[in-house]
Amino acid sequence: MKTFIASLASLLLLVLPGAARAGTITVKGSDTLVILGQRWAEEFMKKNPNTKLQVTGGGSGVGLSALINGTTDIAMSSRPIKDTENKQLSARTKVNATEIAVAKDGVTFYVNEANKLDALTAEQLRDIYLGDITNWKDVGGPDAPIVVYSRENSSGTYVFVKDHVLKGEDYTPSAQTLPGTAAVVNAVAKEKNGIGYGGAAYAKGIKELKVLQGKEAIAPSEANIKSGKYPLSRDLYFYLRAKPEGEAKAFLDYILSPEGQALATKVGYFPVK
Amino acid sequence: MQGQGLVGMVAVAPKLSSSARRRQLREKVIAGVITAMAFTGIAALVLILVFVAKEALALFLDAEARHEASLSKMFLPQVTRAGRPATFMWQPVSSVPKVSMIPLFIGTLKTTLVSMVVAVPVGVAGALFAAEFAPRRLREVLKPTIELLAGIPSVVLGFFVLMVLASFMQDTFHVSSRLNALVAGLGLSLAIVPVIFTVTEDALTAVPRSYREASLALGATPWETAWKVVLPAAAPGILAACVLGFGRAIGETMIVLMASGNAAIVSASLTDSARTLSATIAAEMGEVVVGSPHYSLLFFLGVELFLFTFILNMVANTWTRRVLKRLSGAGA
Repeated sequence: MKTFIASLASLLLLVLPGAARAGTITVKGSDTLVILGQRWAEEFMKKNPNTKLQVTGGGSGVGLSALINGTTDIAMSSRPIKDTENKQLSARTKVNATEIAVAKDGVTFYVNEANKLDALTAEQLRDIYLGDITNWKDVGGPDAPIVVYSRENSSGTYVFVKDHVLKGEDYTPSAQTLPGTAAVVNAVAKEKNGIGYGGAAYAKGIKELKVLQGKEAIAPSEANIKSGKYPLSRDLYFYLRAKPEGEAKAFLDYILSPEGQALATKVGYFPVK
Repeated sequence: MQGQGLVGMVAVAPKLSSSARRRQLREKVIAGVITAMAFTGIAALVLILVFVAKEALALFLDAEARHEASLSKMFLPQVTRAGRPATFMWQPVSSVPKVSMIPLFIGTLKTTLVSMVVAVPVGVAGALFAAEFAPRRLREVLKPTIELLAGIPSVVLGFFVLMVLASFMQDTFHVSSRLNALVAGLGLSLAIVPVIFTVTEDALTAVPRSYREASLALGATPWETAWKVVLPAAAPGILAACVLGFGRAIGETMIVLMASGNAAIVSASLTDSARTLSATIAAEMGEVVVGSPHYSLLFFLGVELFLFTFILNMVANTWTRRVLKRLSGAGA
C-alpha cells in the first residue's frame, strides 16, 4: 500500500509540471474529429515525447469559441468557420484564423440494421428531416413511423446537414436531438424505426444509407468521398489563431504527412491529399 | 424573543465583572462572524441573480435581440414555414430564429409531473413506514440507504436510464420513441425520492408523541393512528417536502438531457420526446456567440428557472415554518 501511494505521488509529481508547462498544446472542438485528433496526438507524442497534446471534444462551435477566447491553441471543426466567428477572432488577433483541412468525411445517414432500405434520394432524406414524410411506407419501407434523430445545434454536423440536406430550412421539431454522434449511433442501433446522421467513422452496429442519384445508389465509400461523388462529403478542419509554428507546426506537418493521413483512413475518415 | 430578553437583562444590570464583559464581547464577535457568513450566502445569491438577469436583459435593450426574440415571438404561435399554420417552435439556430418557449415549458412540466406522480407516493409511503412501522433496526438500514440514493451523481442516473430503463420501457410498452418524457420523468423520480423521503420523515417524527399516545389510548390501531392522526398533523411538512422535490425536478439537467430525447414539441402525450428548459441551456450554451440574442435567450431561460425554484422554495419555507409553529403551539 505504501509503495503504491509513493509511486502514485511520484507519478503526480512527474505529471503535474508537465501539464502546467507552457509547451502543452490544447486541441478542442468537433466531436466528429475528436476520435481522430486523439489518435494523431497519441502517435505524435510517441515520436515526440517532449510535446504534450491535450485533445478534447465539445462540438465545433465550442472549439471555435475557445479559439476566439484564446483558451485553446487549435480548434477542430467539422464545418468552415463562420464570418461572425472570424470577425470576432480578428478583432482580437488582427488576423483571420488559419484554416487547415486535415481530413475528409462523408456525412452518412444511419438506419437500424433491421431496416430493409439501402438507399434514399437526397430529396427523401430532406423530406424526412423536414417532417414532410413521417412514415417509412412513403419511402418504400414498412408501415411504421419514422423516428428522427438529430444533433444538438452546437454541432457542426447539425449545421452541415441543415445547409446541404435541408437547404437551410428548419429540422422538424419532433426530431430528437442527442448529444454526440455516438449517442445517435447508439439510439439508431436500438430503435428499429430510427434514422440518424453523423460521420462515417462512427458507423458501427447500424446500416449506412446510400444516396440515390437517378438510378445509381452512391455509397459513402472512400473513393466516392475523395472524388466528391458522394454528395455529402465535407472537409474537416483545424483552425489556429495564426500561422502555425514550433511544436504546433510539427504536429500539423505530421497530420498532413502520409503517415498521419493513413491514420485518418484507419479511424474511418478519408485523406485530404 | 429570546434575544430581546437577553438584551433587556443586560440593560438592567450595568455593572459587570471583567470576565462577564469579556464573555459578552466574545459572544458579540461570534454573532458577528455568523451574521457575516449568513450574509455572504445572501450576497452570493443576489450576485448570481444580478449576473444572470444582466445577461438576459440584453434581450429587451438590444435592438437586434428585441427584433429576433420579442416577447410575442417567445410566447405566441408563429408562422414558421410559408403556407403552414402558426406553431410554437424552438429553433434558435436558423436563418430566421424561432424562439417559442412554449414547447420548453410543456416539456419541463411533463417530465416534472411524471417524476412527482411517481416520487411523492413512494417517498411519503416510505417515510411513513420508516417513521411509524419499521422496527428500529430496519429503520436504521432503510433511512441511510434511501438517502444514499441522493448521493448518486445525476449523470450516472442518466446513463442508467438511457441504457437500461429506456430499452426496458420500449420492449415492454412498444412506444414509438425510445427516449421520452415518461422515461426522463421516471429517471428524475429516482433523484427526488430521497429529497421527499428525508423531509417527510423529519416532519413525521416531529409530530408530538402525545398525539400518538392519545390516539392509541382511544382505541385506534397503529395503522389508524398513522393514517388519521400523524399524517394529517405532518401534512404541511409533507407538502414542503413535495415542493422541494418539485424544485429539484424542475432544475435537474443531466438526467433529462440524456433521457428525454430533447425534441421541442408541443404534445400532451407522455411517450413523446420532450425538451426541458434546463437541458436546453446545457445543450446550447456551448455554441452560442457571447452577447448574441441566442446567448441572452439562454440566460432568460435561466432567469425563468431561477424564479420558478425561488418561488417554490419560498412556498416550501412558509409551509415548513407553519408546521413548526402549529406543532410547537399544540405541544405547549
